[in-house]
Amino acid sequence: MPDDKIARREFLRHTGLSSLALVLGVANTGKAGAAIAKLPGHPPMEGPASYGITPYIIIEPSGKITIINPRSEMGQGTYQSIPALIAEELEIALQDVTILNSWGQKNIPDQAVGGSDSIKSSYMQLRKVGAAAREMLRTAASRQWNAPMEECTAANGAIHHHPTGKKLGYGELVALASTLDVPANPPLKEAKDFKILGRSMPRLDIPLKVTGRAVYGIDMELPGMVYASVERCPVFGSRLISYDDTATLKVKGVIRTVKAERVIGKNHYEGVAVIADNYWAALKGRKALQVQWDHQGFDKFSSTEYEQHLRDLANADGLPVEDSQGDFDAAMASAQHKLEALYETPLVAHAPMEPMNCLAHWQENDKVDLWTSVQGADIIMGELPTTLGIPRENITPHISFLGGGFGRRLLVDFAGEAALLSKATGKPVKVIWTREDDIQSGPFRPMTFSAMKGAVTADGKILAMQHKVISPSIEATQSEKFDKTKPDGTMTEGISTQQYEIPNTKYAYVFADIHIPLQYWRSVTSSTLAFAHECFIDELAAAAGKDPLDFRLQMLTEDSDAKRVLTKLRTLAHWDKPLPKGWGRGIAQYEFFAGLAANVITVSTKKDGGIKVEKVVSIIDLGTVVNPDTVKAQVEGAIVMGLIAATKDGIRFENGRSVQSNFHNYRMLRINEMPAVEVHILAEGGPKIKGVGEPGLPPVAPALANAVFAATGKRIRRLPFDLTKV
Amino acid sequence: MSNSISMASYSFTLNNKPVQIDAEPDMPLLWVIRDLVGLKGTKFGCGIAQCGACTVHFAGTAVRSCGIPVSAVAGQKITTIEGLAGNHLGETVQQAWIEEQVPQCGYCQSGQIMSATALLHHNPKPTDADIDIAMQGNICRCGCYDRIRKAIHRAAAIQAPPATLQKSLIHA
Repeated sequence: MPDDKIARREFLRHTGLSSLALVLGVANTGKAGAAIAKLPGHPPMEGPASYGITPYIIIEPSGKITIINPRSEMGQGTYQSIPALIAEELEIALQDVTILNSWGQKNIPDQAVGGSDSIKSSYMQLRKVGAAAREMLRTAASRQWNAPMEECTAANGAIHHHPTGKKLGYGELVALASTLDVPANPPLKEAKDFKILGRSMPRLDIPLKVTGRAVYGIDMELPGMVYASVERCPVFGSRLISYDDTATLKVKGVIRTVKAERVIGKNHYEGVAVIADNYWAALKGRKALQVQWDHQGFDKFSSTEYEQHLRDLANADGLPVEDSQGDFDAAMASAQHKLEALYETPLVAHAPMEPMNCLAHWQENDKVDLWTSVQGADIIMGELPTTLGIPRENITPHISFLGGGFGRRLLVDFAGEAALLSKATGKPVKVIWTREDDIQSGPFRPMTFSAMKGAVTADGKILAMQHKVISPSIEATQSEKFDKTKPDGTMTEGISTQQYEIPNTKYAYVFADIHIPLQYWRSVTSSTLAFAHECFIDELAAAAGKDPLDFRLQMLTEDSDAKRVLTKLRTLAHWDKPLPKGWGRGIAQYEFFAGLAANVITVSTKKDGGIKVEKVVSIIDLGTVVNPDTVKAQVEGAIVMGLIAATKDGIRFENGRSVQSNFHNYRMLRINEMPAVEVHILAEGGPKIKGVGEPGLPPVAPALANAVFAATGKRIRRLPFDLTKV
Repeated sequence: MSNSISMASYSFTLNNKPVQIDAEPDMPLLWVIRDLVGLKGTKFGCGIAQCGACTVHFAGTAVRSCGIPVSAVAGQKITTIEGLAGNHLGETVQQAWIEEQVPQCGYCQSGQIMSATALLHHNPKPTDADIDIAMQGNICRCGCYDRIRKAIHRAAAIQAPPATLQKSLIHA
């Protein structure tokens, strides 16, 4: 087996890393010396939990430095930006560091990526880790040289004694440093002294990714492993009656079939796995299966009927959402200029480029190793002990690069399924989902319908606005504990917390039941609610006879991030510059848990009546930035994902199953459809840290729909819409 | 791999080396490359030639290896992303990809680079319209299209051998 097939952390076993190493953590108490680990162990670097040591840094006597990264790399840049926080303070070059993904060790927190949270949560925490290690190394040198601390400075992986010109590498100091107290509050560098943070540093994963050497979950192999493809019923809620594998077993390479089980929260889905000695044989064997399903009536489900159900529910009062202002009903009763509109959005699939997969090895002692692409070891450790019926200590995840995540890989149903197949077959099993499995098996981003009402005064000011969300609930589809008597905060995300000053508001949630599993999708419910919210603001602006941006700024009299962002964007996007006839500009902003961004989209009308997206100008509001180029890349990606969700294919059910199955009918934007994109970062430094991965997405659909209105006078109130048929 | 009468032996050139593979004739080249030869840089994305993640060069042309049975490549010359090592044009494209910081998740990038390399091989100075035609078979879910376009133009502009590439690969 060539070396590149070995999971990243396995290198520890092979490099003879058995001597003294310094493992440092953020703990403010306890001796670092307690965390000196003999390597390799398996898992090799568990510090004693009683000391609260959280081991992120391993310095070997040879000088080799390893940083443990708890934040899976799924494209968002954490393979560079997270180790950068430590390396900056530790005064080492990232190019000299080995980066190892964490594996669910109990003494490292936050081993997950989601909610645009990685930098937000880790920025100070991991800088302190690096700074503490640096101070311990300085102290060790100062003692060794019997020189004052002030004369010992850290640079380039060594401590330097300037009066004498002496120098000791970190590897030479590690033994002494590891016996010292971990400083509780190590001094942090000033931003002006940063060598890595705040600069567009080249990403460390990119050379691997352009040469085909980056290792993803789907690339893992073990000796003696078998492949599996699983037939799952595309009608959710179906039960397996029986199956006939006679023809399957005649396919060359097929070894056997076995029942499979996929768990998403409260949902248990049955399947039939075809086990084969190569994946192609497993696929062919699967096609030859004859499976009888009891659909239990779920094959009657259709999107068309369900959408009508949501429209009917729009008449219900729903549960009030907090933060309503004034008296909406009274204001509406007396208002002269009133508007009402229903906005509709679809289910969508995540469709990351790497299909779900997992190589699982259930060993005889009930130890389970999982090689897979997931959004963090914490997810494995949180979910799989229940699914597999074994303690977490028995589970070791080996997380590689992720071929995209977008929230899909915050669920580990595919890893649990693979582990159970390994248990059933007694062999390492590699399960690979087909693209059809990926697109048809969910979980999906929920659709939301929004019943909007509002009024403006005779002199063109906002008087009142209602945003009532009618939707199924992600939590309700996964958890038995969902409480229908309370409004679901995730499903009403951001509707009541925009900065607009509106005298009379009403926010409400109407719950709709559904049997289809739902899941967070990049920017979660803001991805649909912003469409309704910001398009309806546009409708009110038109009713008020105001420019859409003026109308928004009129509602932002007090200083706020939203006001600064929109004011800045007015200039950056040349908002006030006239456009040719048949062109239009639309604007939208949305502030939610991940952060804040705003977009101006410019469209033109084609001769055949279709719409061309000419340009997207985006601004993202951040206080502090780790890697500006990565921020820009993330916003560029969010724009593309937003355009796809707005203008390509939603997931639609007929006869209980998803009509969409692969990229021919669940279409992605392609390079020839890519508009010009310009991303600006509003970063004024300071302690404020906001998320990067998601904020660019919610304002895409509303800015686009508002641009279409500006160009054509047509309101888009339902997604997706076809740009060629506006 | 069990023996069978339908199983046959296929010889072809992979990355300038002769290979001989025993496989069912309908086994797609993608799975032959990944699972029988063991080169993992070529990716599975859709299985129906819609996404381009599995793009390889077949006699110098970019093709989707998920849709080509191994029986069709007998005696042919196949190049994968791994085969670009030491290839001047291939390494130039890779260097341009690094300089433009193109990949995010990176999963589609082997295919993107194979398509771009084939384009530049046949058309050293492609226009935006040429790029649209040559690259629209490759999906990037992360949305790196703007950077892909810039990187192709950059690769076209690079004349010197990519001396910095090997240096930048040291972290591997």
